[in-house]
Amino acid sequence: MKVSFPIMGNSYVAFKQLVEQIGHEPVVPPLPSSRTMTLGTTYSPEFACIPFKILMGTYLEAIEKGAELIISSGGHGPCRAGYYGEVHQRIINELGYKTKVIIFDSVNMAFKDFFKKLHYILRTGKTSWWQFIKVYRTVWDKLLALDEIELLAHQVRPYEVEKGKTSEVYRRCLAIMDQARTRTQIKEAKEACFRLLQNISQDKSRKPLKIGIVGEIYVQIEPFANLDIQATLGEMGVFTKRGIHLSEWWMETTHQSHNEEKAVAAARPYLNQMIGGHGILSVGETILYARRGFDGVIQLAPFSCIPEIVAKSILTQVSRDYGIPVLTIFLDEQTGREGLRTRLEAFVDLLQQRRQKRLGGAVS
Amino acid sequence: MGVKIGFPRTLFYFIYFPFWHAFFSGLGFEVVTSRPTNKLSLDLGVQEAVNDACLPIKLYHGHVAELKDKVDVLFLPRMVSVRKLDAETFCPKFLGLPDMIRNSIAGLPEIIDEKVDLARGFFPLWKLGLKIARRLGYKKDWHTWRAFVKAKAAQDKYIRNLAAGVPPQVAMETAVTGEPVRLPDVPVPDLNLAILGYPYLIYDSFVNIGLFEKLAQMGVRAWTVEMVPPHRLEVQGKNLSKHLFWHFSNRAVRAAFYYLNEKRVDGIIHVTAFGCGPDAMVDKLMELEAKNRGNVPYLTLSLDEHTGEAGVLTRVEAFTDMLRIRRREHESVVSHHG
Ligand code: SF4
Repeated sequence: MKVSFPIMGNSYVAFKQLVEQIGHEPVVPPLPSSRTMTLGTTYSPEFACIPFKILMGTYLEAIEKGAELIISSGGHGPCRAGYYGEVHQRIINELGYKTKVIIFDSVNMAFKDFFKKLHYILRTGKTSWWQFIKVYRTVWDKLLALDEIELLAHQVRPYEVEKGKTSEVYRRCLAIMDQARTRTQIKEAKEACFRLLQNISQDKSRKPLKIGIVGEIYVQIEPFANLDIQATLGEMGVFTKRGIHLSEWWMETTHQSHNEEKAVAAARPYLNQMIGGHGILSVGETILYARRGFDGVIQLAPFSCIPEIVAKSILTQVSRDYGIPVLTIFLDEQTGREGLRTRLEAFVDLLQQRRQKRLGGAVS
Repeated sequence: MGVKIGFPRTLFYFIYFPFWHAFFSGLGFEVVTSRPTNKLSLDLGVQEAVNDACLPIKLYHGHVAELKDKVDVLFLPRMVSVRKLDAETFCPKFLGLPDMIRNSIAGLPEIIDEKVDLARGFFPLWKLGLKIARRLGYKKDWHTWRAFVKAKAAQDKYIRNLAAGVPPQVAMETAVTGEPVRLPDVPVPDLNLAILGYPYLIYDSFVNIGLFEKLAQMGVRAWTVEMVPPHRLEVQGKNLSKHLFWHFSNRAVRAAFYYLNEKRVDGIIHVTAFGCGPDAMVDKLMELEAKNRGNVPYLTLSLDEHTGEAGVLTRVEAFTDMLRIRRREHESVVSHHG
């Protein structure tokens, strides 16, 4: 079967291999572009959020490329993302396509359903459970490696001497990772990528500002959705760390790591209730960043994202209490690169001034 | 005791007030509500709430701001769930509402923000009532029980009246004062429309700019979510792979299915708040469903703080005109062949 999946950051490199090795033909949708956005906006409800629209566009582009089945992830609310699959499917049918959308809800909450769907995909690909476990381990390695590479790129970028060099090398790294198939190859490829990134000439005398990024998971991870915010800031000489990478998210949902608990605990005095999406984490992570001495926090959210609106209204107080500036950016299809850049520059200026003031006595 | 308990006259008010009113007054407290939504609640709300919030949430902020200096305690329950059903809960804004309020409005009195989570345990509502009564310093559990029983009766009656089609303001008044229902005079309707949406939009005539009064004058009989017999509402929506996560949304979607299945209405108007998160899903589902089941005409009315009376009126008039023309054409086709 021709199987496709959404694009979310660098993960498509790993998903492509997964689909292929369980016996299906992967259809990698084009990386999201303005065409994706236009398609998505045309066929989505007006007030759906930007992840819904980008996914809608991506699915339609995948269908153009022949996808018969689309695999995506769901959720159990109360954020509406958990319901997207259902609506996407109906819109696809309404447009007269036969393509099916299979939504995987989290393993913990819908165990049986999860395995039923997985079983279907394996059966149609003629892959045994045993083979699947092997494939899964390899692909998992790949996903982890991809995230580590990305993390390193974000570390290097603020120091790069030649502007844009890191992003260029990073793109090359993705191509290298795409070639690696076995676990050993993946390990070697990762090391090669690390060397490439470390060899970029860097000016270590710089003292980059540190900005933490919190917010809704999709717009945090997918650079098209956030207009490449991390690269933009990096090239302005700012170090950024975002709240979530896909591999971390998977570790959390499968209870292999517990970073979220720390954030939830930190948020408690302000918000004592899970509100779906990333809402409570946005509050908690902001507090953690403040404690770790970051200079500022950027909250990224799709326009009209409910949990993030709740978080935003609470972050005003957090920002006051912890003395950490917070910039909230609501993204929609109208958000333009230039407008965003101006806002970022203003924010960075503000942080610079604050830092100067703080260092004032000591430095002069 | 003389303690005044404040209850904002918006959001949950439209569904749950009869219960809490009877409960608190049964315990001897004085229940104070804000005034019916007006320009002031709106202005205060816009001023106090994050500007990205939807109209109902802004209004809630406004009602709280209006009430806060007039009462000793504010009752701002955290609505988590009202029944057992998968992961059904409320819009995330409801879940975080007490925290939003606390972190946005200064100078608040004591707040009771007990979680209303009725999905777990036995007699959850009674336990909640007991907890709240004790928190208010009320020691005689037996009296609490009496107040509780009365409150449930008041609530049941209110829901029954709504189901029977009693206009919401009248139903609310009857529920609170205990007086018999008195129905206003309206022209005999010739059109049936399902007016679907969340109670805080549907039953607040400031927010919906007098929609129901206008419909009545236009000779339209309006059918709402609350008028679907509860057991019939439950069985709808089997063709969805998943329930919606939000209580009010589930009800609205199911009501749409019910009215479509029963072919009881000539059209559907979905009343929604501009930028409402859950409604982005709800609206599309209903629209597709109406289209695929006999092309039932469908109109979305989206309300926000700038919605003008004229705009709503024109759209609703155009919609009803269209329905009447459609019906005439249909009738003439039938008679030609008959
Ligand atoms: S359900 Fe919609 S209108 Fe109601 S509070 Fe949530 S976003 Fe606002």
